[in-house]
Amino acid sequence: MTLAERIVRGELRAAARLMRDIDDGMPSAVAELKALYPRTGRAFIIGITGPPGAGKSTLTDKVIAAYRAAGKTVAVVAIDPTSPFTGGAILGDRIRMSRHATDPGVFIRSLATRGHLGGLSRSTADVVNVFDAMGWEVIIIETVGVGQDEIDIVRTAHTSLVVMVPGLGDDIQAIKAGILEIGDVFVVNKADRPDADRAVRDLEMMVEMKHPGAGEWWPPVLRTVAQKGDGVAELVGKIEEHRAYLHTSGRLQQFEQNKSALRFEELLRDQLFARVREKIEHGGDLAVTIRAIANREQDPYNAVEALLARHLSE
Amino acid sequence: MAERRLRLLVAKPGLDGHDRGAKIVARSFRDAGFEVIYTGLRQTPEQIVSAAIQEDVDAVTLSILSGAHNTLFPRVIELLRQQGAGDIPVFGGGIIPEDDIPGLKAAGVKEIFTPGTSTEDINSWVKANIHPRA
Ligand SMILES: Nc1nc2c(ncn2[C@@H]2O[C@H](COP(=O)(O)OP(=O)(O)OP(=O)(O)O)[C@@H](O)[C@H]2O)c(=O)[nH]1
Ligand SMILES: [Mg+2]
Repeated sequence: MTLAERIVRGELRAAARLMRDIDDGMPSAVAELKALYPRTGRAFIIGITGPPGAGKSTLTDKVIAAYRAAGKTVAVVAIDPTSPFTGGAILGDRIRMSRHATDPGVFIRSLATRGHLGGLSRSTADVVNVFDAMGWEVIIIETVGVGQDEIDIVRTAHTSLVVMVPGLGDDIQAIKAGILEIGDVFVVNKADRPDADRAVRDLEMMVEMKHPGAGEWWPPVLRTVAQKGDGVAELVGKIEEHRAYLHTSGRLQQFEQNKSALRFEELLRDQLFARVREKIEHGGDLAVTIRAIANREQDPYNAVEALLARHLSE
Repeated sequence: MAERRLRLLVAKPGLDGHDRGAKIVARSFRDAGFEVIYTGLRQTPEQIVSAAIQEDVDAVTLSILSGAHNTLFPRVIELLRQQGAGDIPVFGGGIIPEDDIPGLKAAGVKEIFTPGTSTEDINSWVKANIHPRA
């Protein structure tokens, strides 16, 4: 039996294995993903981003509990950084969610960035698809938490939360520019700390300056104390409101279109590049061309055009 | 670019309240280029086994200081087997008397490291004995 067949039957080990194959870039994973794709598109996907230590995992733990209480199954993809020096990683997000480890309605998978920028790992979208195909109802993605340029999450998750904390001071200015386009819901966590009011006001002002138009989603700014669970019910209420908005406004179709277009382009780019590169490396063309460019015997523009003309014509 | 990266679960079962040793091991694994899933303090064997399965790890490392090693190690191994994951090796360390080691190995523990062992020695052992499952 293929992994995909076993996954459809609900075998957790098969799912965990396929996620590993995806992460390790095993060519065999592609056939399994092809088989699973028709079953995807049913899960509700929530993204949680924000600076390191903001409380993303603690909040995820509480959001899991809320959805479980509502009878939904929840899968989590938690991403932590790979060390650029050693290639190793410590994936510690599970620590805050360990009470759910033995709940058969919860599945938590940790992933390392493995050099990928943008807040997710290269494998995240496909790992999410495996969960989706298995019928997990809610999928939560915790990003790596650089708090900036985490644009990947927007195209991957239906609803994105940006978690901030009081007292970031001027850092918030730098972060703000990057997060404005990301957040469907803003959360000031650690609201038990001083300066929470100011952080809320800052974020509200930012949303007002953007001024979403009539009929558009106005991102709310909420406060939580994740450790105690304060504000979590309201947060889940807003997440559900945003989900309803996506349905009624027609934004959901737009989201799926965008996501599909980006994914298609990405695969096309990767495979085209890999194919052309393989050809020119094998023929020895590449080394010759690079030398010619370095020696100013040829310009890089003509070199690429010539290579493409030669190799893409068939 | 297919490349298997070693994934290890580092877990700290039992009731004793500090995980300095487990964290040192986790960090040295990271520095050796492994991916470490660290689950924190006071994990039950059930939690450890379900994390090991969800994370598709190549081995489970237990750090046990509480003296309960003679029950915790065999229990984790038994649960892995029950859940069809008996192929995931278990090793570990902590405050474990020499006399207990043969019994633990007979119960299926792949290796036991006692407090004096350097992280370099543990890493070399892992590189030689734990491999990404095909
Ligand atoms: N005072 C206070 N501390 C909190 C709150 N929420 C979380 N913390 C603490 O903040 C620390 C970081 O929490 P995490 O949930 O691990 O944060 P994170 O954003 O997931 O961190 P990374 O994944 O490392 O980026 C922990 O020690 C939490 O206990 C809160 O509402 N108030
Ligand atoms: Mg976290």
